[in-house]
Amino acid sequence: MTFVWGLLWGLGAVMLIAGGAVIGVWWERKVAGRIQLRLGPQQIGPAGSLQMLADVPKLLFKEDIVPDGADKPVFRYAPLAVFAPIAMAAAVIPFWAGWAPFDSTVGVLFFLAVPAIGVIGILLSAWGSHNTLSTIGGLRAAAQMISYEVPRSLSVLSIVVLAGSMRPVEIMDAWRWWWVPLTLVGFVIYFTASIAEMNRGPFDLPEAESELVAGYFADYSGFRWAIFMMGEYGAMIVASLFGAAVFLGGFRWLPGIAGFVVFIALATLVITAVMWIKWTFPRFRQDHLMTFCWTVLTPLALLQLVVAGVVSLWL
Amino acid sequence: MNLNELREHLCATYPDLCPLFSVEFGDGVMQVASSGLHSAAADMKALGFDMLGMVTAVDFGEDFELIYRLRSREMRVGMIVRTRVPRGNPSVASVTDLWPAANWHEREVYDLFGITFEGHPDLRRILLPDDWVGHPLRKDYEDPGVIRRPDYL
Amino acid sequence: MTEPRDTAVAPETPVPVVDDNGHLIVNIGPSHPSTHGVCRVLVELDGEIVVKAEPIIGHLHRGIEKMAENRTYLQVVPLTDRLDYVGSMYANWAYCRAVERLAGIRVPERAEYIRVIVCELQRIASHMMAIGPAGADTGATSAFMYTFWQREMVVDLFEALCGARLTYNYVRPGGVASDLPDGWIERCRAFIAQHPAAMLEIDRFLFGNVIFRARTKGIGVLDAADAVAWGATGPVARGSGMSWDLRRDDPYSVYPRFDFDVPVGSRGDAYDRARVRVYEAVESCRIIGQALDGLAEFKPGDIMAEAMPRLLAPPPGDAYDHIESARGSLGVYLVSDGSVRPYRMKVRSPAFCNLALLPLLAEGHTLSDLVVILGSLDPVFGEVDR
Repeated sequence: MTFVWGLLWGLGAVMLIAGGAVIGVWWERKVAGRIQLRLGPQQIGPAGSLQMLADVPKLLFKEDIVPDGADKPVFRYAPLAVFAPIAMAAAVIPFWAGWAPFDSTVGVLFFLAVPAIGVIGILLSAWGSHNTLSTIGGLRAAAQMISYEVPRSLSVLSIVVLAGSMRPVEIMDAWRWWWVPLTLVGFVIYFTASIAEMNRGPFDLPEAESELVAGYFADYSGFRWAIFMMGEYGAMIVASLFGAAVFLGGFRWLPGIAGFVVFIALATLVITAVMWIKWTFPRFRQDHLMTFCWTVLTPLALLQLVVAGVVSLWL
Repeated sequence: MNLNELREHLCATYPDLCPLFSVEFGDGVMQVASSGLHSAAADMKALGFDMLGMVTAVDFGEDFELIYRLRSREMRVGMIVRTRVPRGNPSVASVTDLWPAANWHEREVYDLFGITFEGHPDLRRILLPDDWVGHPLRKDYEDPGVIRRPDYL
Repeated sequence: MTEPRDTAVAPETPVPVVDDNGHLIVNIGPSHPSTHGVCRVLVELDGEIVVKAEPIIGHLHRGIEKMAENRTYLQVVPLTDRLDYVGSMYANWAYCRAVERLAGIRVPERAEYIRVIVCELQRIASHMMAIGPAGADTGATSAFMYTFWQREMVVDLFEALCGARLTYNYVRPGGVASDLPDGWIERCRAFIAQHPAAMLEIDRFLFGNVIFRARTKGIGVLDAADAVAWGATGPVARGSGMSWDLRRDDPYSVYPRFDFDVPVGSRGDAYDRARVRVYEAVESCRIIGQALDGLAEFKPGDIMAEAMPRLLAPPPGDAYDHIESARGSLGVYLVSDGSVRPYRMKVRSPAFCNLALLPLLAEGHTLSDLVVILGSLDPVFGEVDR
């Protein structure tokens, strides 16, 4: 029974991410267009909203090129190792009062630890491509994702300390509105570190278009490439949903279905902010990136944790 | 400084170079023998010609004419140093030790004319692939891709 | 006598991925988003640090200098369009000046004014193509769109002027191809009225950005002595504090009549090289404004030298002339043997000279900085490879 439910929720998570990616790509193109003095897609469907329906079949029918020199099994299956952990992480998000698809007592730990497995997939794809630029991209990704795990986990930890539980559903029950100002710094750290985790600009060094062409997925085409893109959008959607839930309160603002709408609106707002930042900022350099992580984000996250810990004494 | 003042200045400083100097199309022109090119170039640099604008060559049949265009920022004049090298043994001393800028220019002349520059640190082809045969800017270069336009066009 | 080359047999020269010192060998290009054309940079990396960067050029070599020997003087003008395809007007003008000097042609003043106007517009268009990609090289793609919008307006002006958007073939020996169309002057004035404000916005948006500053300040520092020794010109040299501009220091055409400044950087890093271009674009607007005012003094239609022969055959001799293009001093050396075709044409390309600095500048910086440095040199490979 558990196995069947797991299978169903897994499918649901994939659908959520795939659907989110389709809408997300359209939304990103519109946002980027407005930022860049242009209109974005506008030919297919109202305001170009059906553009992705045209793009997805194109990606599916594209030739699946595997380079001659590649390590073929590794090259073929690496995209799955990037995508699967992100889909798994979607299962612990508390969507409704008292309900998450996978209601685990260590849900927060699960959410933080499982997507980090994705770095192995990125390393595999980089190594499997047998391409110098991909290899550099993979190494950058590994260094970056592991480093940014630290401030990200610490920032979520302050919420865990306040709620006194690692179970997302209980965190939502314990959530109070004044946690938002209290953990604002923590949220900003979570937000920044999540952008770095999902390799989006200005932290997109692993795929740095102007330096490494496309980094670790430079040699991928067609659907395998689409899986990487879905993984990136999936990470963005999952991180935004989780952040909107535990940091911003999600559905707790309003009762019932209105609460759910608020939750989705908050997540969309976070996603839009991620896009806004990507299209506004230049890219970091590797050493600046590491300095920023270890000398700015990590100490701030520790400070936030101390503040949360002190406040939790009076809870 | 205008070119007449440059002539006076040059004749006062380097009397042996003075007869080689003339003025054409707004630049000073110095005609030197290929063996004396490097020393003349060094003298020019000492005189204040701190920039090397270009090095090029022209195929005149029996010999190649090499053209070095120098420029002085302080005196605000240009100077062209010409020398001729025989087609049989097209070789001249490199001026890369005086102006590093000569590096790529001399490689280009070597590539397209086959003139060797002695003392050049890295004399390889630059614009054409390493395995290219021949030197295209020589007048006797033949290539199936080069079609001579008829005279009436 | 040279043998025709068998193009089918190109021996493979395998490049090892890791050399004897354990350094990674990376090929940037010839087809790469940041090489600004078809340049291949063979980079030796120690981790992310560049040990050696060697530009391998010539992928776009079309033998324009050889082709010119096979065409009449007028037929060479379209070839010069293809040299610097971001700044065709400059190559047109430099070539025409050399021809005019060789043949002793006097150009009417109205034509000189028009040449100044179109070349300053071209400088703006070309600098937009340098500033925007300088941002795009660091990942700031929005800055690219903002500068491209400005470039688009200039290109529209050129399209109204000569029908072409990239290869204009507008400046001809003896004058220019056509007079300014009706209403063009007003459109041009409208453009230069809004341009400085747009540049100010770019200056705030891109050059004020904290990440962009961190990415470009202190990167690829070229000191003034090296700039002189390596023959760097244009914004690359001026970014290093070498105040050298042919428009002011070796005045040609009608430039002495205009009042303008030459912006100069101080540190010689990628930031200064890029930022100098912003202020040069603003200065170009000043020159255009003065030239448009001055244009009123001359009779419309007086744009071509009198008694231009249908087939130009300059007397035997040679001539060199140069102008300040967007990339530096662009010179053309012409040799005539008295026939209707140039005996030899040599283009002194500023991008070629500036690109030679890349190994010097990139050494010791990271791979990310390499593309920033390459972008700040602003090479156009049509001109580098000719």
